[in-house]
Amino acid sequence: MILQVQNVTKRFGGLQALTDVTFELPEGQILGLLGPNGAGKTTLFNVINGVYAPEGGRITFRGKEITGWPPYRVAHSGLARTHQVVRPLNELTVRENAMVGACFGRERHSLASAAVVADDVLARVGLTERARQITSSLNVAQKKRLELARALAARPYLLLLDEVLAGLNPTEIALMVETIRRIRDDGVTILMIEHVMQAVMNVSDRVLVLDYGILIAEGRPQEVANDPKVVEAYLGDPKLAQKLLAEEAG
Amino acid sequence: MEQVLASLLDGLLLGFVYGMAAMGLSLIWGVMRVINLSHGAIMALGMFATYFLFTVLGINPYLALLVVAALGLVFGFAVYGIAVHRVIDAPHLSSLLATFSVNMIILGVGTAVFTTSPRNIDFPLGSVQIGPLTLQGTRLIAALVTMITTATLYLFLYRTYPGKSIRAVANNRASAELMGIPSARVLALSFGIGTMLAALAGGLISTFFPFTILSGDAYQPRSFVICVLGGLGDPLGALLGGLILGMMEGLIPTFMPVSWVPVVEFVLFVLILLFRPSGLLGAR
Amino acid sequence: MNAWRQPGCWLTWLGLLAGGLAVVVVRDNTVRELAFTLLMFAALASSLNIMMGYTGYVNFGHIVFFGLGGYTGFYLISQHGWSLYPAVLVGGLAAAALAGFLGSAILRLRGAYFALATIGINEAARAFVNNFTPFGGPTGMFVNFSAYAEYGGAAQALWLTYALLLAITILTLILSGMVKYSRFGLGLMGIREDEDAAVVMGVSAPRFKTAAYALSALAPGMVGTLYFFKNGNVEPGDAFRLNMSIEMLVMVMLGGQGTVLGPVLGAVTYERLRGYLLTSPLFKNLHLAFAGLALLLIVLFVPTGVVGWLRARFPRLRRLLA
Repeated sequence: MILQVQNVTKRFGGLQALTDVTFELPEGQILGLLGPNGAGKTTLFNVINGVYAPEGGRITFRGKEITGWPPYRVAHSGLARTHQVVRPLNELTVRENAMVGACFGRERHSLASAAVVADDVLARVGLTERARQITSSLNVAQKKRLELARALAARPYLLLLDEVLAGLNPTEIALMVETIRRIRDDGVTILMIEHVMQAVMNVSDRVLVLDYGILIAEGRPQEVANDPKVVEAYLGDPKLAQKLLAEEAG
Repeated sequence: MEQVLASLLDGLLLGFVYGMAAMGLSLIWGVMRVINLSHGAIMALGMFATYFLFTVLGINPYLALLVVAALGLVFGFAVYGIAVHRVIDAPHLSSLLATFSVNMIILGVGTAVFTTSPRNIDFPLGSVQIGPLTLQGTRLIAALVTMITTATLYLFLYRTYPGKSIRAVANNRASAELMGIPSARVLALSFGIGTMLAALAGGLISTFFPFTILSGDAYQPRSFVICVLGGLGDPLGALLGGLILGMMEGLIPTFMPVSWVPVVEFVLFVLILLFRPSGLLGAR
Repeated sequence: MNAWRQPGCWLTWLGLLAGGLAVVVVRDNTVRELAFTLLMFAALASSLNIMMGYTGYVNFGHIVFFGLGGYTGFYLISQHGWSLYPAVLVGGLAAAALAGFLGSAILRLRGAYFALATIGINEAARAFVNNFTPFGGPTGMFVNFSAYAEYGGAAQALWLTYALLLAITILTLILSGMVKYSRFGLGLMGIREDEDAAVVMGVSAPRFKTAAYALSALAPGMVGTLYFFKNGNVEPGDAFRLNMSIEMLVMVMLGGQGTVLGPVLGAVTYERLRGYLLTSPLFKNLHLAFAGLALLLIVLFVPTGVVGWLRARFPRLRRLLA
């Protein structure tokens, strides 16, 4: 198990964002994290990588407990993430962005070897021609690819992807899904939040579903898709869920 | 004991005026997240405006305050339009530097025009005896003016349309714009009210002490301390902060050399910024 | 370190060295005095740039390191008879140590709050020194004229302080270049662009910021000691002038923050402009107002300063404008 999340609870004042979330992630798997908006998916990511400390529960990464570690320490241990709303380092070049990932990630490169890593990851996401451009001049799709490249440059064991497919057209989605598969084949475990159902169902080995901070389903994509609780969470009406499932069966 | 009480009371009354000054700073911060570093200079301009209305036109200083308030309001519109509007959405540094440059310009021109010889408004109002304590008339009137101004400000903010627009913009500018509130004008108005309060406070202070164009410099750090004490963005908190600071300034010299007061003030300032940035009253 | 491979860095360093040595060759006292002031501000602005330009934390009260470091160094010379060289060094180290200590507390604050806190610290320092008897309280400290004897007399001492200042300024610029083109600098710039994202990527922000803050305090501490030694005395009012602090900010912004050349260019330009205004009968009283106007125009229209504007406008010159 590369990641173990046990009974994680997170509160913001009166708002209970996560309640008793527990799951495990074996090495080399792609785990999809689903749920309607506001379910707490990004909050869970923030707790795992140290942006928030949970009120309760434990996070264990590669056998070490990392609960409450500051984000940079989590990064050093080999966990990288992308953000739902991209956060590029605007006044730096594309290459320099990737180099930051390499310099301060798991492998702690010097500037010279970071440049090599940066060129490699930029090639993988298709940003090589733009390496010397200032990041602020990129469009959103390119910035998303850069965000992924930056995370890869850290040579992580585990990659947390937060809606990498959002806002992409079908061709771009297909390319990105291919890239994700190749990343996994290179040995990186992936936990991804996604709303683009078809893509995530196709690429994930297993999925988790969060609703209002509670884990309501877990299993293979096909099983979870037909789980009435899941359908209800997305549609909001249990009767409607049953009706739809009955129609599909009939 | 009498000494202590007298100092405390004097400080309290002075604190009203400090509080009003800080209210202006706090309002501007609360509405548009701008720290007006020309605050002290505008207070000094208020002092000079009152002085000239009194000595040249012979107007009663307290009546002159109405004119000073109007001038402060208009001046605020000008400063907002020229210096602040362009950088309102830029990183904080830009607006800090913009208002600081306005400060430098005011002080620079002011020193050239007014020189640094101190001016004084001679308008004594006698004093009032309450038991063993003597309260100066000027201080009492100033406290009264402050209370009236604060009440008026709150009525304005809560009972009038422009006032509510200000609160809306302070809360969430984007949403307010979507509701049809002209945010640029509202921001200009807020800035103007902020500078108006500063000018008014300056006018009142001119009735207490002699002053020069650089006098505002002494009140600006105090205004920061007060705002941070009461919570940046909370005008009522600023008033309370002013009272607290005024009393502190009255009390501390009774058991510590006066020259230590600034040390205490600034260390307190930094500590609050570090540990309770939302102010002692825990506002915003 | 990659700085050695940047032609722009060498251009700045050698240019300054050449200019500085030219003054020695000319052997003119007035020119030396002018150069002293220019170098002093170049060093101060450059050191401020490490925090402001590279890390993105605007230090409004940078002058406090000049004041406290200078006071410490001067104290050692004046009250304990230390020689100039170790005193200057200790002045710088004291300032750096103070920065390290303070930084761990106030660097938790962001943006405007940090700026305010630095102002508060400067004011607190001035008020404190005003009361601190070992540092001479409100009257400060002074050195006897005889103190200059061990350096060959007052005239020689003035040239000595100039030479030391030249060395310190060039070293500060070398430091600036080394930071900018190092892994450390990359981390700092990540913090500047988006601190939260940088932290997620593994930049140990608290340590990096504190290190940058301490490094930025070295030069002011040393320069302060030299300045007060040259003047022969130090007073609280002299040592913690907030206006001087803000002028340093203007210089960095004018020249271009985040570059090696920018602060030097800004310092030289601003000081010359200021000198001109001070001696011109027309503008004598208005130099502060003009500085304010200059700052306002820069903030509103050219926030990246001269060097930043040139780099954007003429990308091919980027190699030469570090």
